[in-house]
Amino acid sequence: MRYLPLTDADRREMLGVIGARSVDELFRDVPESARLGAKIAGLPDHQGELEVERAFQAYAAKNLSPASVPFFIGAGAYRHHVPATVDYMIQRGEFLTSYTPYQPEITQGTLQYLFEFQTQITMLTGMDVANASMYDGSTGTSEAVLMANRVTRRHKALVSGGLHPQYRRIIETAAKWEGFVAVVGKPDVEGLEDLIAAVDKETSCVVVQNPSFFGHVRDFAKLAAACHAAGALLIVVVTEVVSLGLITPPGEMGADIVVCEGQSIGNGLGFGGPYVGLFATREKYMRQMPGRLVGETVDADGKRGFVLTLSTREQHIRREKATSNICTNAGLCALAFTVHLTLLGEAGFRRLAEINHAKASELADRVAAIPGVKLLNESFFNEFTVRLPKPAAPVVEALAARRILGGLPVSRLIPNDPSVENLLLLAATETATEYGMGPLVAALKEVL
Amino acid sequence: MASSQDRSQGRSGGIVSGGATEAVTFTGNRALQIEEPLIFEMGQPGRCGVDLPEPPKVKDRLNGLRRSGDIGLPGLSEPQVVQHYTRLSQKNYAIDMGVYPLGSCTMKHNPRLNEKVARLPGIGDLHPLQPVSTVQGALELIDRLAHWLKTLTGMPAVAMSPAAGAHGEMCGMMAIAAALEARGERAQRKVVLAPESAHGTNPATAAALGFTVKPIPANETGRVDLAALKAALGPDVAAIMLTNPNTCGLFESEIVEISTAVHAAGAYFYCDGANFNAIAGRVRPGDLGVDCMHINLHKTFSTPHGGGGPGAGPVVLSAALAPYAPYPWIVKDGETWRVAEDDAKVAGTPLGRLKAFHGQMGMFTRALAYMMSHGADGLKQASEDAVLSANYVMAALKDVMSPAFDGPCMHEALFDDSFLKDTGVSTLDFAKAMIDEGYHPMTMYFPLVVHGAMLIEPTESQAKEDLDLFLGALRSLAAKAKTGTAAEAFKAAPLYAPRRRLDETLAARKPILRWKPSNNPPETDPVKQAAE
Repeated sequence: MRYLPLTDADRREMLGVIGARSVDELFRDVPESARLGAKIAGLPDHQGELEVERAFQAYAAKNLSPASVPFFIGAGAYRHHVPATVDYMIQRGEFLTSYTPYQPEITQGTLQYLFEFQTQITMLTGMDVANASMYDGSTGTSEAVLMANRVTRRHKALVSGGLHPQYRRIIETAAKWEGFVAVVGKPDVEGLEDLIAAVDKETSCVVVQNPSFFGHVRDFAKLAAACHAAGALLIVVVTEVVSLGLITPPGEMGADIVVCEGQSIGNGLGFGGPYVGLFATREKYMRQMPGRLVGETVDADGKRGFVLTLSTREQHIRREKATSNICTNAGLCALAFTVHLTLLGEAGFRRLAEINHAKASELADRVAAIPGVKLLNESFFNEFTVRLPKPAAPVVEALAARRILGGLPVSRLIPNDPSVENLLLLAATETATEYGMGPLVAALKEVL
Repeated sequence: MASSQDRSQGRSGGIVSGGATEAVTFTGNRALQIEEPLIFEMGQPGRCGVDLPEPPKVKDRLNGLRRSGDIGLPGLSEPQVVQHYTRLSQKNYAIDMGVYPLGSCTMKHNPRLNEKVARLPGIGDLHPLQPVSTVQGALELIDRLAHWLKTLTGMPAVAMSPAAGAHGEMCGMMAIAAALEARGERAQRKVVLAPESAHGTNPATAAALGFTVKPIPANETGRVDLAALKAALGPDVAAIMLTNPNTCGLFESEIVEISTAVHAAGAYFYCDGANFNAIAGRVRPGDLGVDCMHINLHKTFSTPHGGGGPGAGPVVLSAALAPYAPYPWIVKDGETWRVAEDDAKVAGTPLGRLKAFHGQMGMFTRALAYMMSHGADGLKQASEDAVLSANYVMAALKDVMSPAFDGPCMHEALFDDSFLKDTGVSTLDFAKAMIDEGYHPMTMYFPLVVHGAMLIEPTESQAKEDLDLFLGALRSLAAKAKTGTAAEAFKAAPLYAPRRRLDETLAARKPILRWKPSNNPPETDPVKQAAE
């Protein structure tokens, strides 16, 4: 076994030092009824690298790789080009195989990049403080609602119909089992939802997404003001973080908590995970944040250094009084994010956002020109919704049969709702080309 | 460009002068230890690490919400970025560098094959919402991993979506709440029992779901006090949350009596599977009466810890809890794989959804590659070697350090600080001295039930020669501490790490959680300043 260094001679010698006759003796506390004599049945024995790799190539061969076909799916996960440097850096063993930086003297590498990451997040979102990452945007959103409940000591969340449907379900799940009320809006297809009138003195928070699930870009400044007047918090969710290169950040609109899915920067699609949740808030709510925080300090020689801080919020110190049960986060995905964003810098990040918007604009115009197709968005960033003359799900299947991954039928995430049955969500990033758009438009004309 | 060779930039702090560690180089660097500024102190406008084409001019469709003003991101070239993060990486300890004996964390070897297969085109680049007809291999892969997990645990079902151990705890405890609700007993059963030695996530999870956490004492052998547990069980108890092997590194020898009593009282048995590495392939939790257990793929199945994550925490479920698994799950219709992902269409779970998409696929791929590489035979051997190595550590140190409990232990050896009594050396000091010897310290001050706890988990990944060197270092440190004259030297440690002890009190009292332009000192010439 290539991963196991002990030889039989080592094992005998070690047993001698321990004073045991066999390894079985070390397992003597296991009740006899539960001791397995032999290895577990029904699983194969060990295999070499070659055999294992072949097995995974066989799995891969049964999938259609987005890299090989026209590709226009978004809906909370976006295909972007990730520079080669990113994957090289995150595979350095010093980052990849290091634990949570609980011993700061020998984990300054992790701590400093997380401090840089936190700073980048505050800049992108226009907020005061950010944590060292959440699992992803979806779980981070649910944590934001719980945080708002703690801050306001209220128990009613208003959830926009423009929020990603799975994010909404996660909030509803938390509401049911963790004991608060989630008032969830109808799918906000047209981007016209107005939640101001619904905010009252029992509202802990309003959760909106920008751009919305359907792609609309909204100004939430008035909603923020209404929330604050009622003593509620505004939570703004961003599932496409590249949009922050072009759109007014939530912090400038008055958001109290901003949660982003950070996958677009540095992290591949990966069939849905692992991704990286970005979580930012106002300084006054800092101590109610979930998750780890890195802070700056000095060492015994007065040199600048970084440590995990404000840990009295966390489960390993506070136990049942912790702000969250979160422990593991998305450290390495945060590194991928921060390396990619550092490569982009101010100029690159803004340009990347411009290119995304331009590509999506081109696609929107071309798709909207197809007879029977209606573009529903006045505004969008790199993703928009069109209404087709027939149900979208079979259309997408027909496109897939032509080896085109042509968007998401909204009915997949919002089933049994005739009002969304014909809706197709299309995204175009910097990876979209004429070689992709041309065939998509041609195929759509054919199948509609 | 600003440099951080000087003592501090954002923080001002006094210099310990005359110490042996004071920088004596002009640059503040010490050979391979390079002082590294923050990216925000390095950037120049006009520099960029990517080449992107000029965007075509289009009419904005941003609803008038075009961002104004600078974001503030620094501009760096690609070589600067590579050097920056490479230098940072060199300030980290890692499994790839040597013994990483963090108890409860299972810092075992991370095979690179797993990284490779996770990145294969057709696996690493799939969109989670592609038509299922185009991801049949991915769904099959998840189902295959589920099969391994169910077989190894002897449990009939597994929820794959939780993102980490704590998330798995949330999933399992929600399933228990859902099962209680179905029985009409959710309102009445509000108590969750957990040993005092439990991971902090256990009480945090239970409390988040509105349960009251009631601690169960340990007996003198470091295990659950069965009589006390039985006395605490009643019609108000929802569940027990128990780690097994427990956080003292001991197998709960009365586990079957515990689960029988818990079930007889109408409650469920949540097992924290953080320590599954000790028993994978040798003991099936399903045979112990467990109702649900999360499995940290980033511990037992070696997906890398990555400086704190990402992880994955699938939860295996008993027949009693299987109907309460959250969305999504994978089903096979004839020859076609399908995902049950929408609450409305599929009759099923009242639990709901915990995470977008289908779980931590990248971790699933790595874990499955690890399992296939080991096989049923290798996983059993790995558990045995982990337990053997921990007992070897215990045996080799028991005359100079103080084991908290009589052996044998499972995969980790727990010591208390009684061997340091009257030496003036604390557990913290001892741990920091290990850093200077070239080792990552063991887990300190956990579990809470042992005074000055030191929890050593060698895992199965260390060669005996390397363990012997490590044990030699610990024996030398213990002997040095016991001279009674070394307290000052211990308190000064570490001397040779990239940083000496950091002022955590200052960090918490006056939090600086981000770089700000105002934190930055005026431009300085590092060489000139050092020369002065």
